[in-house]
Amino acid sequence: MSDQKVDNERRALILATSAAGGAVVAAAAVPFVASLAPSERAKAAGAPVVADIGRLAPGEKMVVKWRGKPVWILRRTPEMLASLEKVANRVSDPASEKSEQPGYAKNAARAVKDEYLVVVGICTHLGCSPSDKIRPGNAEGMPADWQGGFFCPCHGSQFDLAGRVFKAMPAPTNLEIPPHTYLSDTSILIGEDPKGA
Amino acid sequence: MKKTSAIQFLKRLAVTALFAPVAAFAAGGVHLEKVPVSTDQKNLQNGARLFVNYCLNCHGASAVRYNQLYKIGLDEKVIVDNLLFTGEKTGDLMTVAMVREDAEAWFGTVPPDLSLIARAKASEAGSGADYLYTYLRSFYRDPARPTGWNNTVFANVGMPHALWDLQGVQTLEETVGEDGHKVQKFTLSKSGSMSKETYDQAVADLVSFLVWMGEPDAGSRKTIGIYVLIFLAGLYLLTHALGKNYWKDIH
Amino acid sequence: MAANTHYEKYRSNGTLLGNALEWVDARFPATSLWKAHLSEYYAPKNFNFWYFFGSLAIVVLVIQVVTGIFLTMNYKPDGTLNAAGIPGAFASVEYIMREVPGGRFIRYFHSTGASAFFIVVYLHMFRGMLYGSYRKPRELIWIFGVLIFLCLMAEAFMGYLLPWGQMSYWGAQVIINLFSAIPFVGPDLSLLIRGDYVVSDVTLNRFFALHVIAVPLVLIGLVVAHILALHEIGSNNPDGVEIKKFKDEKGVPLDGIPFHPYYTIAHDLPATVIFLFFFCAVVFFAPEGGGYFLEYNNFLPADPMKTPEHIAPVWYFTPFYSMLRAMVWNFFWLDAKLWGVIAMGGGVVILAFLPWLDRSPAKSIRYRGPIFKTLLGIFVFGFLILGFLGMKAPGYLFFGQGWLSGDVIAQIFTVYYFLFFLTMPYWSKIDKCKPVPERVTFK
Repeated sequence: MSDQKVDNERRALILATSAAGGAVVAAAAVPFVASLAPSERAKAAGAPVVADIGRLAPGEKMVVKWRGKPVWILRRTPEMLASLEKVANRVSDPASEKSEQPGYAKNAARAVKDEYLVVVGICTHLGCSPSDKIRPGNAEGMPADWQGGFFCPCHGSQFDLAGRVFKAMPAPTNLEIPPHTYLSDTSILIGEDPKGA
Repeated sequence: MKKTSAIQFLKRLAVTALFAPVAAFAAGGVHLEKVPVSTDQKNLQNGARLFVNYCLNCHGASAVRYNQLYKIGLDEKVIVDNLLFTGEKTGDLMTVAMVREDAEAWFGTVPPDLSLIARAKASEAGSGADYLYTYLRSFYRDPARPTGWNNTVFANVGMPHALWDLQGVQTLEETVGEDGHKVQKFTLSKSGSMSKETYDQAVADLVSFLVWMGEPDAGSRKTIGIYVLIFLAGLYLLTHALGKNYWKDIH
Repeated sequence: MAANTHYEKYRSNGTLLGNALEWVDARFPATSLWKAHLSEYYAPKNFNFWYFFGSLAIVVLVIQVVTGIFLTMNYKPDGTLNAAGIPGAFASVEYIMREVPGGRFIRYFHSTGASAFFIVVYLHMFRGMLYGSYRKPRELIWIFGVLIFLCLMAEAFMGYLLPWGQMSYWGAQVIINLFSAIPFVGPDLSLLIRGDYVVSDVTLNRFFALHVIAVPLVLIGLVVAHILALHEIGSNNPDGVEIKKFKDEKGVPLDGIPFHPYYTIAHDLPATVIFLFFFCAVVFFAPEGGGYFLEYNNFLPADPMKTPEHIAPVWYFTPFYSMLRAMVWNFFWLDAKLWGVIAMGGGVVILAFLPWLDRSPAKSIRYRGPIFKTLLGIFVFGFLILGFLGMKAPGYLFFGQGWLSGDVIAQIFTVYYFLFFLTMPYWSKIDKCKPVPERVTFK
């Protein structure tokens, strides 16, 4: 009987100590795991950036760096915007239902102002940066029915001029639209939602 | 009985050994005045303001980002409007605009970075805060120096008195006291924009800010520490009970 | 029990886990390792307070390795100045302290761990002296231990350069120049260690490499050897008697108890928690350790143009540093500088000879005579005084009294330190020991 009692007490103590010891280990792991997250420096470097689009000519693209990633700003001509309609039945997610973008850019042109496409130039497949194939036709090595867009050199994903991925491509979703807001007609703040959005 | 004799013997030894160094602590050096270091946000904010206005022209604080000042209660708008003068971003480090070579030419030495100054200046004579508090109140006119200023805590210092328009101009009088020791006394030959009490408080705020800057999260470290120690104390009781339970087996 | 005993393999109880264990055990000596080193390693049942520090040293080693790995993820061994005029290495330490989430705790754990390591190891070594744990047949365990201590000193010295503060820099400068005292090869040796004419970025990078990988590998290897040798012979105990003399019919020492769970859980676990309590008290409330664990001057970035007014090594080196400074006479054909280096190095190396210097019939202080107790007492007192003086500038006066010159006292205790060992064969033999019991005393 007394042996039984000792064993029960020991069992309870072992359980309690193990639980508390586990808590110690978990708590001790916190700073180590936390240290793997982006530091204040990384956050500061990832702060919103201002892009001056005053000198961007129609049909041209510029690149700004935000959080170390290329963000493309493409000033689309009316022809380019018209091409979006033509490919709508060939892209896999035409209404961007499964893709990442702020609510204010979830529209046909995937933009706040249709004229400017602001998009993270990183393929949603495995993170390469697609190349410009902006001109329609086979001028840039694309098929003759190409309407203009982007082509990822790593695994061949093709995107239209709104960053929408074509059907049967390795990339699962459309290119990501970053949060952005127009400070004026000629400057965009990338990385921050418009006030009240 | 025998088991404890060695321990007791050592305890006696340890006591003797420990007391010798403590009793032997040397006096000497400059007397530092105790500063009331504040962790109150109001004082720290005032210190930050003084720091940015008076110190940051020559001294950097290159380990600190402006946006870290939210920890002393300054929000982004206040930082942008009041503390950023030359187009820095809030995520920038508090570096100094002055070129290092210029600084060396003007002061004979590059003004040190102040991120850690309150921790670096600690010594047997007192805390780093006490040192800075005494130092910033001990500038006096000395025509022999290139800057026109000297300091009783840091003799022949390269730095001019940056806060003189607040404190005024002190001159130093040295007399020999009755016991033969030198007595140093400051007199205010030209008063500044602050009274002595106000100036001392302003310096205390500035020093408090420098202390804060030395380790901005020291407060939360101590808070977490209390929980850690309480938990470990509880864990000890458990492991002790478990240990006793096991030792019952041994006869 | 010896590690080479043959143990029966694990037999599955038919469950999936049991089958898996049987599969592993057939291919890997899991059961025999477990039994040989833990559940059937029989340790004397009369361990006391002093027997905590071996386990605690392993705890600290683990803390240092884990925190060290995470520190290297953000630390940069870079002696060049950044845009703000701060050396890259110094700035990266502050970056860890301020900008890396949780980094300050990792760093404080590592910096406090360095001091804790020495506290624990000094007490562990002292335990060996108290109870004669170095005596035959444990000479090799002790020698491995001395080598571990040497490795630890090298590890701490190189690690101390990495924050690239003023004390880091000038401490390394001074210690590396010690080697230049060695006749003929000295100056070239110093140059080879530094890789430059002064301590520089080059030195910092090689010290980083040695600190994070080379020395730790040797250190861990030595720790394994230390423990294997211990488990081959069996532990000593506060009575200094051999428990293997009296065994039961199964070959288990009568005064032995299984190391696991009686020492692992019942003895060392509560001690570890107490240790962690004090350790965390320092980390969370006084990480600078009053200027002893993190020296104030080391919050200033290294400046090769300006030596701080007073430089002293970190506290754990100061007894040996005092011995270095105490040597001011030219003896024979060697100058004082070389004697200083010999004293400093010799102070550590002489420990390795302890097993052959001690001729006492009793191992444990419990049964040793008044000569040993008195001389050991003075030895400990002197060692602490040497440590204290090593932190002070030369010319220190106790109580401000001219006749209590620290320099002279350091010389006296340095001479005493060596005489203690060198005359030990004589006085340990004539000391009046009490009769040693056959079995351990328990309760």
